[in-house]
Parts: sequence; structure tokens; C-alpha cells
Amino acid sequence: MARNRPPRPSVLAGLSHIALAVWALLIILPLLWTFLASFKSNTEIFGDPLQLPGALRLDSWGRAWDKAHVGRYMLNTVIVVFFGTAGTMLFGSMAAYVLARYQFIGNKLIYYYFVAGLAFPVFLALGPLFFVVKQLGLLDSHVGLILVYIAYSLPFTVFFLAAFFRTLPETVAEAAMIDGASHTRTFFQIMVPMARPGLISITIFNVLGQWNQYLLPLVLLAGDPNKWVLTQGIAKISTLAGYEADWPGLFAALSMTILPVMVVYIIFQRQIQSGLSSGALK
Amino acid sequence: MERLRKYGFVAGFLVVPITLYSVFVISPYIQAFQLSLTSWNGYSSIVRYVGLDNFGRLFDDEVFWQALRNHGIMLLVLPIVTIVIALFLSFLLNLGGGPRGAGMRGVWGSKFYRVVFFFPQVLAVAVVGVLFQAVYRPDADGVLNGVLAVFGAAPVGWLTEPSLALWSIIAVMVWQGVGFYVVLFSAGMAAIPKDYFEAAALDGAGRVRLFFSITLPLLRDTVQVGWIYLGIAAFDGFALVQVLAGDKGEPDGATTILPVTIYKTAFAYNKVGYASAMGVALFFLTVTFAVLTLRTTRRERVEL
Repeated sequence: MARNRPPRPSVLAGLSHIALAVWALLIILPLLWTFLASFKSNTEIFGDPLQLPGALRLDSWGRAWDKAHVGRYMLNTVIVVFFGTAGTMLFGSMAAYVLARYQFIGNKLIYYYFVAGLAFPVFLALGPLFFVVKQLGLLDSHVGLILVYIAYSLPFTVFFLAAFFRTLPETVAEAAMIDGASHTRTFFQIMVPMARPGLISITIFNVLGQWNQYLLPLVLLAGDPNKWVLTQGIAKISTLAGYEADWPGLFAALSMTILPVMVVYIIFQRQIQSGLSSGALK
Repeated sequence: MERLRKYGFVAGFLVVPITLYSVFVISPYIQAFQLSLTSWNGYSSIVRYVGLDNFGRLFDDEVFWQALRNHGIMLLVLPIVTIVIALFLSFLLNLGGGPRGAGMRGVWGSKFYRVVFFFPQVLAVAVVGVLFQAVYRPDADGVLNGVLAVFGAAPVGWLTEPSLALWSIIAVMVWQGVGFYVVLFSAGMAAIPKDYFEAAALDGAGRVRLFFSITLPLLRDTVQVGWIYLGIAAFDGFALVQVLAGDKGEPDGATTILPVTIYKTAFAYNKVGYASAMGVALFFLTVTFAVLTLRTTRRERVEL
């Protein structure tokens, strides 16, 4: 029978490996090249692109961190993404919970009000959003950007988590209420722990989305380079690199932004892959 | 009393999210529709209504049509190329090893490949843009041109050649996107009952036959979701084009796309009213695309 036969090597399997390896190389090679270029000298970068660095030069990393402000951009990004995601999860789960599990007038309407935000491209709001933030005096401030991140992350977060809260059993929450727990306490001590798998997926989704955001900082933080986040900082460094002829510095800056993402990705790749794809399929 | 407490709780939980969302999301959207009917420049205190003039101008605007042509090309090419490559790779990963025991197996090392393929997805698009600036450098020092030079080819202006620029950008979008759809389709393939493959394999079906007769029909819904996502992505591409082609000035409008044009019109040329009209056009284009795709691909579902 087929199941007892050892797998036989076939031409097709060999071709499969070639196809897969080619795609893997297409991904690895540009990243590896960037990493190696950060140790090269300018002349090496502009020599044969396939050549290895002649020496392990680390000075470009120092220059990128200090002079090109990658350290500052990184810190700014961490601050904005931390508070942005925390706020999104707190307010998103609160709204989703109430909308999913409480009957009240206007429940459906508020739910669709949130979900409607999914249908609009952010470019539509760009001009007016700038003026709303400006009028509130929040232009070029991290607080402004954090609030905007939270607001734009809410539609998907509410949509996803409301579906998730609906699937949780009624009985546990009822028992807690009978034992005298308040609504708020029931939410934070019973429902949130029960909803953990859903909360983790959507947290990853929001962290990645806010970490990679480029358009909103570009519009809302344009005026103060000290407040810039990593993505806009890197785009700026890439234009400067040409004038200042510091190409190794540019590739060091790129490597510095890519490496932490790579480490986090390798640790959490299972959750990230399932988080992003379940997010997409809802 | 209990009713009152319940309503207090509900209101308390909703007030902050609704406020934030209304102020920063809904009110700008509504204002955008309103501003699209004005000639507002962003700083004057007088907002003059011009009716549908902005939309009339849009029809005569060569840049707008150029952008639409480019979106049209992306709308055709991006989903097809990405989905074909992703389907092929995920088929190899999940079923390429042929039938064994009670199911199909992927090729050796499929876990490693899946991790590598997905990685570009977690990179910021702006970072990917800067990375590909080095790859696409037009002189002999570019990574891609350096590789071509090994085969004795002359350097190619990937982003400066008007006939190539858009394709080079689409290639980056494919490069970044494929891994995500590999994971998406792999999840779909894993949900197909193993005995379907076993039965077909016993009947003598080869791997190619298994793919077209079993995998693809049962993967229909997942592919449709992917198609819509890629279609919406074809109307975006802001960070990539802005970083890759923005400063170098889109060669002959070859990479002009609506989002970048909207951004420039609003913040560089201070034509907020006109930019809003473009935004409204973009909104209707995206919605039309999504609705059309859902309608034309709707068919009897295959029940498992």
C-alpha cells in the first residue's frame, strides 16, 4: 500500500525546492546586502555590489544612532506605539464589549457607526484631519499622534473584538454578577482574561500597523524633527545620504530598524502570522 | 436602580471611544465631502463654495487620468501576479511532497520557507522603499544592476525609465505581499479534509490534478478575500511611491497615483478643496471595486 512505501525522490519535488529557494533568496538577499553594506566603506558600496566588506567597520552604526538620530526616532516610535496600542486596546475592547453583550437603544447604530470607518480610505480625511489636529493644538505632538492612531485603529478593533466577545459563554459573566461583582469589575476581571486569545491577535495587528505607519506622522509631525518616528526619519535619512555621501550610515540606519522587527518576528512568528491572517479573514 | 447602573456603565464605556472616533475619524471624513465642494486653500478664513466645479476640473486634469491609468494597471497586475505566485508557493509548501499516509505533505523545510516568505510583511513600507532605492539604483552600483553586470548586461534605469518605473514598483508590492497570501492560502488548504486528497490520489490523480480539481475550487472564498485586499492595495501604494519615486519626480507621470497626488495637492500646493474632491473620487473608486468584485465572484459555495 501507498502508506508503507518510503517517499520516493522525484523530479517534481526537486523543482519545488528550486522554486521555493529562489523566492527565499529574493527575500533574504536584499536584506543581507543592506546589513553587509552597513559595514562597508563608501568606495566598497560603489564598487562591485556583490563584494563583501573589507573590514568590520562599526563607526557607521554609531553615526546613524547619534548623528542621524535613529536612537531618537526609535524612542519616539516606541513611545507612540506603546501608548497608541494600549489606548486602542483599552477603548476598543471597552466599546466592543458593551456593543457585543448589552442591549440598549442605539446599540446597532453605534456598532455600524464604528464599522463604517473601515470603508473609507484615510487619504479622504487627510486635509481636514490636519486642521482638526491643528485646531486642538496637537500638531507636532506625540499626544496628538497617539490619539489619532487610537481613533483610526478603533473601527477594525471594535469590529474584530465585538465578534470575539459574542462567542464567549454567558454563564460565567452571569455568575460573577450574581456574586455581586459590578459591571466594570466583571469586564476587567472575568471577560478580559477570557478573551485573551482574541486580544493578543488584535494587539499584534495594531502594534504592527502603528509601528509601520508612515502617512499620519508625515502629515501630523512634519514641523518638529525631534518628534519624528522611525519610518519618516528613515525616509529623510535616505534623501540626506546622497548629499552627505554617508551611504554606510544609511544602511546602518536601515539595519537598525530592520533588526529589532526581525527579532520580534522570529520570536512571535506563529502568533503574528495567525493574528494577521485571521484579522484579514473576518 | 440596577437599570440605571447598567446604563451608566454602558455610557461610561462608550464615551471616550466614541468621542475620539468622532473627532478624528468621522468629522474629517464628513468635512472632506463638504470641502470637496469648495475652493478652500487651507488658511484663508473664507470658505467659498464652488459646487461641483472641482469634479469638473478633475475630468480635465491630465494628472488625474494618468493616476487612474496607473491604478488600472496595478488593479489588473498586482492581484493576478501576487495570487498566482502565492498559490503556487503555498501548494508546494503544503501539498508538494505528494500523498503520504492519510494525507498530503509539504516539501521538506516548509516551516522555514513560511517564516522567510512572511517576513517582508512585518517591515514598514517606508523602510522597504528605502531598501529598494538601493536595489533599483540606475547606475552600475545598484544591487540589481550589479547582478545583471555579472551576466554582462548594461545598467537599467528601473525607476527612471518611464516604461519600467511602474512595473518596478509593482514588483516591490508583490515582493512584500506574497508571504502574507502564502500564509492565508496555507490556512485555507489545511482546512480541506485530508481524505479528499487520499481518495483522489488512490484514484491515480497527480499533484497537478489535485491542485486544480480539489485545492483550487475549495479555496475559492479565501482567494476572493485575497483579491479584494490586493485590489484595495492597488489604490494605495502611498509610502512606496512617495519614497521610491517621490523626490526623483515620477518620470513622465509614469508612477503618478492618487494618494500621492492628494497629499501633494493638499500640503504642497495648498489646494485643500481640490484634494478633497480627489479623495471623494478615490473613495467611490475603492467602494465600486469592492462591490463589483463581491458581485461578480459570488457563486454557489462549495459545501464541505
